[in-house]
Amino acid sequence: MIAGVTLAPGVAEGAPLLLQEPLSFWGGLDPTSGLIIDRWHPQAGACIAGRVLLMPAGRGSSSGSASLAEAIRLGVGPAAILLLKRDAIVIVGALAAAELYGRFVPVVLVEAADWATLAAAGRLEVRAEAGGAVVALRP
Amino acid sequence: MRLLIKFAEAVEAPRFLDIEAAHVDGCLYLGRASLDFVERLVALNGRVRVPTTLNVGSVDLLHPELFRGDPQVGAAGKRLMQAHLALGCLPTFTCAPYQTKHRPRFGAQITWGESNAIVFANSVIGARTERYGDFIDLCCGLTGRAPEFGLHVEANRRARVLVEIASQPPEWDGAELTCVAVGHLVGRLGEGIAAISGLPAATSEDDLKALGAAAASSGAVALFHAIGLTPEAPTMEAAFGGDPPRRVVRFDADDLRAAARSLSTVEDGAPISAVTLGTPHFSLAEFERLLPLLEGEQPRADIWINTARETLATLRERGWEERLRAARVILVADTCVYATRLLPETPGAIMTNSGKCAYYAPGNLGRGVAFGSLAECVASARSGRVTRL
Repeated sequence: MIAGVTLAPGVAEGAPLLLQEPLSFWGGLDPTSGLIIDRWHPQAGACIAGRVLLMPAGRGSSSGSASLAEAIRLGVGPAAILLLKRDAIVIVGALAAAELYGRFVPVVLVEAADWATLAAAGRLEVRAEAGGAVVALRP
Repeated sequence: MRLLIKFAEAVEAPRFLDIEAAHVDGCLYLGRASLDFVERLVALNGRVRVPTTLNVGSVDLLHPELFRGDPQVGAAGKRLMQAHLALGCLPTFTCAPYQTKHRPRFGAQITWGESNAIVFANSVIGARTERYGDFIDLCCGLTGRAPEFGLHVEANRRARVLVEIASQPPEWDGAELTCVAVGHLVGRLGEGIAAISGLPAATSEDDLKALGAAAASSGAVALFHAIGLTPEAPTMEAAFGGDPPRRVVRFDADDLRAAARSLSTVEDGAPISAVTLGTPHFSLAEFERLLPLLEGEQPRADIWINTARETLATLRERGWEERLRAARVILVADTCVYATRLLPETPGAIMTNSGKCAYYAPGNLGRGVAFGSLAECVASARSGRVTRL
């Protein structure tokens, strides 16, 4: 069990997807399919839908919030997002989707020391509440 | 507003501060979620409390015939732009509000969306904004308040990384290509606020605009300092607040050439179907540089230029619009060719002098792209092929 800070509340479960580089949700993600379309990104072509996304930090466009919210609305967004830095654009996208559609994608700030352990897990269970967040590792 | 308070908690802001202005990035239609959010605020009789400018939308309301996308998306895009006006936002529809009459003053607390506008306001003007995304920028405009965090706070605006430009390719004229290449490299460094030393003395405001736009595309850069050029960095000591740099990075002519080359996905000599300029929106000074380059042989390819309504009105007053149109220039207001469907689907790459456009066009438009100087863009429009000078 790994503790974190709740940036956006929710409960979710999925396989981890470690982003090797930051990703801009606008211009980098197709919000209708969940596919990474940034040609500069080493994981271009990968699908984030239903995954617990491990993002070191955000990148690029400030339109990322709406693009993330739209992907969540269409059911192709990530199950949860784990961050190493508080990224305003990512947080707002998840909070707005919760306000508009009642779809809660938890966003959690975790410690860099736990990053490798989280990325290596088979599945992650994320529980982010007002008081704090926990991430449970599953095989 | 609930979203704003949750956001402030998430970024650990101790309190809210008053803002002078907001710039809202949410009027580009990205799907149903964009519209649902704004129309809910309209239904609640929302009104902005501070002057709130608007970024580009999905359609050019002045030239609606240019739109070639799905008509349903066009209609939804127009509805989204109008919903923002119903909230009292100003119909600027530009990604370069800093080059209109709404330019903020040094030190102003503002909440701006649009990555290139954020980095310009912070770096080139010395106004203070964090990176505000869609939704939250509008919440700030509606309340006139912003969480006190990040770049709103003076102590967080100091440089951490020193970027030294050791040499520049001698074949590059002026500062245009150098600034885009440096911007691209600074964005890809991906850490801390950079202070850049060694930019050419001829660096103009539009060059710094291109640098910031490239850096905010390849990275999450919201502020850079250019020593001796930007207002918070008259000296190295001022830029770093008296502390030593945590890291020093040097780029030389080879690094800059490689960065510029990496922005092209097609080879020199490849056929092009269009040139696109004005990402971010072309300024009057940029039109002034372009006009003499257009004199001479008629281009074979169209030159699309995105600009602000306010700039377009001035072009008309000066009688420049006709000169531009005569040289196959297609003027686009309110939107941008790389963010919506305006270009015809003719085969061939597009060529641009914008690092930002070159970064996003392959993903957004699914087209090959060539990056070059303004003069190379015009030469390529003439020959119909990627032409280097």
